Amino acid sequence: MKKTIKSVRSIATPDAKLAMAHMYVAFAALFIGATCGLLQTLERSGKFTIPGGFNYYQILTVHGVMLGLVLTTFFILGFMLAAQSKTAGSYSKGELRLAWTGFWMMTVGVVVTSYFILINKATVLYTFYAPMMAHPGFYIGLVLVIVGSWLIGFTVFKRHSRWRKENPGKKTPLLSYMAVITLVMWQIATLGVAASVLIQFLPMSLGITETIDVLVSRTLFWYFGHPLVYFWLLPAYMAWYAIIPKIIGGKIFSDTLARLSFVLLLLFSIPVGFHHQLTEPGIDPFWKYIQVILTMLVVIPSLMTAFSLFATFEARGRELGGKGLFGWVKKMPWKDVRFLAPFIGMVLFIPGGAGGIINASNQMNQVVHNTIWVTGHFHLTAATTVILTFFGIAYWLIPSLTGRKLTASLNRWGIIQTIVWTVGMLIMSGAMHWQGLLGGPRRSAYSEYAGNADTMAWGPYQMAQAVGGTILFIGMVIMIVIFIRLAFFAPKGEEEFPVATLSHDAGETPKVFENWKLWIGITLLLILFAYTIPFIDIIQNAPPGSPGFKLY
Amino acid sequence: MNMHKYEKIWLWFGTVTLLVFLTVVGISAFYMGNQPPSCAVTIDPAKAAKEAPFNEPGLKQIGDNEYQLTVLASAFHYDVGEPDGIVEIPKGATVHISATTSDVIHGFELAGTNVNMMLEPGYISTYTNTFKNEGTFTLLCNEYCGTGHQTMAATIKVVD
Repeated sequence: MKKTIKSVRSIATPDAKLAMAHMYVAFAALFIGATCGLLQTLERSGKFTIPGGFNYYQILTVHGVMLGLVLTTFFILGFMLAAQSKTAGSYSKGELRLAWTGFWMMTVGVVVTSYFILINKATVLYTFYAPMMAHPGFYIGLVLVIVGSWLIGFTVFKRHSRWRKENPGKKTPLLSYMAVITLVMWQIATLGVAASVLIQFLPMSLGITETIDVLVSRTLFWYFGHPLVYFWLLPAYMAWYAIIPKIIGGKIFSDTLARLSFVLLLLFSIPVGFHHQLTEPGIDPFWKYIQVILTMLVVIPSLMTAFSLFATFEARGRELGGKGLFGWVKKMPWKDVRFLAPFIGMVLFIPGGAGGIINASNQMNQVVHNTIWVTGHFHLTAATTVILTFFGIAYWLIPSLTGRKLTASLNRWGIIQTIVWTVGMLIMSGAMHWQGLLGGPRRSAYSEYAGNADTMAWGPYQMAQAVGGTILFIGMVIMIVIFIRLAFFAPKGEEEFPVATLSHDAGETPKVFENWKLWIGITLLLILFAYTIPFIDIIQNAPPGSPGFKLY
Repeated sequence: MNMHKYEKIWLWFGTVTLLVFLTVVGISAFYMGNQPPSCAVTIDPAKAAKEAPFNEPGLKQIGDNEYQLTVLASAFHYDVGEPDGIVEIPKGATVHISATTSDVIHGFELAGTNVNMMLEPGYISTYTNTFKNEGTFTLLCNEYCGTGHQTMAATIKVVD
């Protein structure tokens, strides 16, 4: 007789459906965005023309918006909603309504934005490039995405504060706490880009204003642009701190240090945008340096994180009988993709972080600014560290939300995916780093420039990028197939939602971490310190405004 | 808050290294003058082509082995004052570069050197470089400026 296996979801069904809705959009964006990535690397090899009448910069805009904005934001919000529902308890009807409203606003926003990119009315890349102008629909779509994400942020805040009311005096669940920190940072940071779109770009594209202050728009954008990358990274840290220890059978090293590092990341993630604007002519060098210092302070929570994670690994490896200095390494569950994928992400964050320090230094930035080195850098950090961790989450999160199982065969496919992705990325990102050091520019279609020997020597690097891009495309297809199988076809059952518990000797967590007025207050003070004087300076010494251009 | 002894050592080591690094960067920037271009002189972008020095772009000798190079960028062209887009600079010359744009944002990157600036409408970007090595260097645009972005280029020849 055939035994019927029950399908069990790891969290309340309405919450699981809400989180899954985000995942469908995220993985659709992965498919579109990574396909564009393949076309770009092929075009830059000089041997291929993009079909369908699309130009390189249009495809590049789709790539950036789909992967940098849609995939990340939807995946992160879906993961956070699931993690909070799991650890703090399910959402109320009102909270669910708020989150669904946010989800649909974001989704409509994505569709509107994509439409205007596809008809070539918004080839402005995802960093806007004022005084280049796009169709108002492009900006309206983006506003919908941002406001929708705020509504989901409010849902997470409401649930967290409800938990605190329901459990007076108790320490809040770590994953819920981390989700709140990440979204507080997101809400404060997106104010910059929202202001720039609503006050500058939208009125200009609607013809209400005639000129735009380019430096103000760029300053507001990069006020948002750097916290944006921490918004991608913090959810990966959530998994590293609070989920991976469970997967390897260990415990969280220290709850206090985990919370402390998140607080520090909140403080030092926003007042740092000038390190993206080091080569801009209109900003005082003193304030550039101040923000370089604030940028580098993020090194401290990063070192704390590295220590905690490897301490957890080593402690667990020794518990399992690992001997000698590195014997514990052999005891790690290398054949479990839920561990392998994020682990490779962590390891590649070491060169990724080092590259970041180079980018943010006054002088070294001059060598690599706007070269394809930078592209290589964030394909190592965002597209490897963050994305491999997200894939590592997806392998258990998707089946645990749909009431299915990650089978041994899908686990094996996951390991193949991880290896393919890593190899492809090392080739592509490595070639990008080298070509960037030689001066090869980012965000440029294939060109022989003036035909001089220096630029002609870049051909092999661009060919290597095409090889890497092709391997990555194969990796993406494998991932999409795994996703579809986990969402619709994998055998029904109960997949674990791994949440680690605290080590016995971890000690008490101080209450001060829940003092939100304090942390948000310090965050705002640091922002005011870093931005007030230079911003007044930028406005007072502004040149005549620029009229809009549409050169695409 | 109790921290593991090894963690304290690790964080102290990291923090001290960071302070040393920031000091090196700071000394290089403020004492040795290795600043990113931050000239902060403004100009009306619509009239840039008519105003000095951008009404006469090109290389001018201003002293013993010292030159002024003025470049006006626009989509999708660098006006370096030479019809063939090739500027010849004597080896060892110190060149003060002044550049601006008359329309959108452009890049100003001399591949293989440390000359790398953003040109923003309304601002003049300046940078001083001594050309110690002979060779042919490509000046190219590394800021997206439209469909012809990848065609923006000029040549700097450093000759003996």
